[in-house]
Amino acid sequence: MRKHVVLAVLLLIALVLSACAQATPTQAPPAGEATQPPAAGEATQPPAAGGEKVTLIIESWRNDDLPIWQDVIIPAFEAKYPNIHVVFSPTAPAEYNGVLNSKLEAGTAGDLITCRPFDASLKLYEKGYLAPLNDLPGMENFTDFAKTAWSTDDLSVTFCVPMASVIHGFFYNKEAFDKLGLQEPTTWDEFYQVLDKIKADGTYIPLVMGTADMWEAATMGFQNIGPNYWKGEEGRLALIRGEAKFTDEPYIKTWQQLARWREYLPPGFESVKYPDAQALFTLGKGAVYPTGSWEIALFEKQASFPLGIFKPPVEKAGDQCYISDHVDIALGMNAATKHPEAAKTFLSWVASAEFAELYGNALPGFFPLHSTPVELKDPLAQEFVSWRNECKSTIRNSYHILSRGEPNLENELWRVSAAVINGTMTPEQAAQEIQAGLDKWYKPKP
Amino acid sequence: MSTTSKSRAFPTHIVVFLAPAVIVYTLFMIYPLIDSLRLSFFATGPDNKEYFVGLQNYVKLFTDSNYAPRFWGALKNNIVFFLVHMLVQNPIGLLLAALLASGGWGRKFYRTVLFMPTVLSFVIIGFIWNLILSPLWGVAESILKAVGLGALFRPWLGLESTALVTISLISVWQFVGIPMILFYAALIGIPEELIEAARVDGATGWQVFWRIKFPLILPTVGIVGILTFVGNFNAFDLIYTIKGALAGPNFSTDIMGTLFYRTFFGQQLQLGNPTMGATVAAMMFLIILSGVLIYMFLWQRRVQTVEM
Repeated sequence: MRKHVVLAVLLLIALVLSACAQATPTQAPPAGEATQPPAAGEATQPPAAGGEKVTLIIESWRNDDLPIWQDVIIPAFEAKYPNIHVVFSPTAPAEYNGVLNSKLEAGTAGDLITCRPFDASLKLYEKGYLAPLNDLPGMENFTDFAKTAWSTDDLSVTFCVPMASVIHGFFYNKEAFDKLGLQEPTTWDEFYQVLDKIKADGTYIPLVMGTADMWEAATMGFQNIGPNYWKGEEGRLALIRGEAKFTDEPYIKTWQQLARWREYLPPGFESVKYPDAQALFTLGKGAVYPTGSWEIALFEKQASFPLGIFKPPVEKAGDQCYISDHVDIALGMNAATKHPEAAKTFLSWVASAEFAELYGNALPGFFPLHSTPVELKDPLAQEFVSWRNECKSTIRNSYHILSRGEPNLENELWRVSAAVINGTMTPEQAAQEIQAGLDKWYKPKP
Repeated sequence: MSTTSKSRAFPTHIVVFLAPAVIVYTLFMIYPLIDSLRLSFFATGPDNKEYFVGLQNYVKLFTDSNYAPRFWGALKNNIVFFLVHMLVQNPIGLLLAALLASGGWGRKFYRTVLFMPTVLSFVIIGFIWNLILSPLWGVAESILKAVGLGALFRPWLGLESTALVTISLISVWQFVGIPMILFYAALIGIPEELIEAARVDGATGWQVFWRIKFPLILPTVGIVGILTFVGNFNAFDLIYTIKGALAGPNFSTDIMGTLFYRTFFGQQLQLGNPTMGATVAAMMFLIILSGVLIYMFLWQRRVQTVEM
């Protein structure tokens, strides 16, 4: 009897040990294999010889867009290049960065990588996972402004093909404006006159936004209306060069405007969340909604009233206007892809006007960054994009370079902007806290 | 069975029975815990490699103008969170248990209903309470208005002054079933003879409870206390589902769990910092460990379990 027990123990130990021992060799090869010719086990992707078909896999976080890629974009490409088969293989947005990093480290990532803007993709390029794409045919179709998000700091290397940006602005309920005889405001004075009239009437909530999730205060508030004060790119680059500070007048004025919004917001806005605010507006209970173009598809589907949009107000009529035209999504090439030629062919196509038109119309509110204007069919999207002709474009000032240290500028902007609207912090305090946080780690290069 | 062993043989069967638990526990609990403590003594250099830095991470956590206010703020909030549970959840749990133990109609029904929120997911609890307390669609305001107290309504979850206590009370609502069941089990274990004897001696219901029943369930009081302590200093889910990882407004609901999550995994544009995250985790471990030690040496040794 005892012998059996001893045997059982030995067996158990042997099992555990062998399991451990097996785990190591199976994990080791992928890392070392990158330099070797493809192993027999990886024959699922045939080499691109002669007329053989090549399969390209796209990594992405846009799982909402899967049907559009499968039904519209990829068939259009494959009709032109029958030798290349493309598979769109998205991951859940919140997991994307983590999953992609481990896939790249293990050498199992797809051939084409959807790029987040700025530092996340820059880090991938610095680690050698993304190939430089400077000489890619079609890259000349993009301005430096569009390429900033996926280039090294000195703009010498670009590693992703820009795909789309989102534009900030204000949506309004046309029915409410018509009923109350209101016009789209262009200056701050007009903006508050409009809000005052809506408030006096009492049927609608003048300005629909909550501060519970905090990011609305920063993204749809601060970054939306601020560029008119800090003069877009001029102010953003001055911050990076250290010539301007958050304690300067443009930034204080931006927060002062946000503080004025408080009296026009829905009751209990401190605990109103983003989906609450969206529902409140699309149910027709609100008049004006500060946000961005990404809402077009949802709002057009849910709102039963006609929608209008207007630009962030300026101080005086006729002032140069600036809009936040934030670059958001791009496509790069895995440096370890086995089909670099096919991948480049696809990327060149993504850089073409044809792709821009397909993409821009399939996803209204995500605007192609192509330098030749794209014909958009959605009227709201058209109006948003027309602002590019009148106003100067800029990006959110916390995304480029200034969010690389601790405390993180973007998170801090969420926190103080929400506190300013809630009335628990003054614009001056907000400015001081932001600048102090930035000074702690950021040393501008002379 | 005629096994009469002459000499004390090596107890192989003990090893066999212990082995699965020891192996699994070591692999999945002790090893990660020690490795996490090890990680807290390292920092990532510019070349993405880890370097040994001694206690530097801890110094940073306690003195850095970015980390220290967050750490002390989270610790303070966590203590408030714990006190609300100790002062509200556990007394209510005891009261409910005493009511249930006194028998009567509907006892089983109420026992189940009161315990139910405990088995619900945090996401559901967060969603339900967000809706109830919502200033736009919530029923809280209409209920208050119905009894003439509409003016008292505030967006409690969104105000810096009330958000933490509101979330603590939601957590109390969710978990009150656990102390209730533990107290209830202890109370119904008290022999009827003792209570009858006290009654015969002329004790009132109040006296019976405080002089007979309560001293007999003191060990359970200690267990409930330490379970609450460990649970509260490990808490994270409810605040994350209601307020997100930034634990707003203005960090007013930030506790150790959310601070750890934000530091370790990052948040939006903030990249994760595994070594500082491990430092926060190590502090959580030390706080919980010291709490448990205090319980074991100061409470458990004094309180005697009465055998009957």
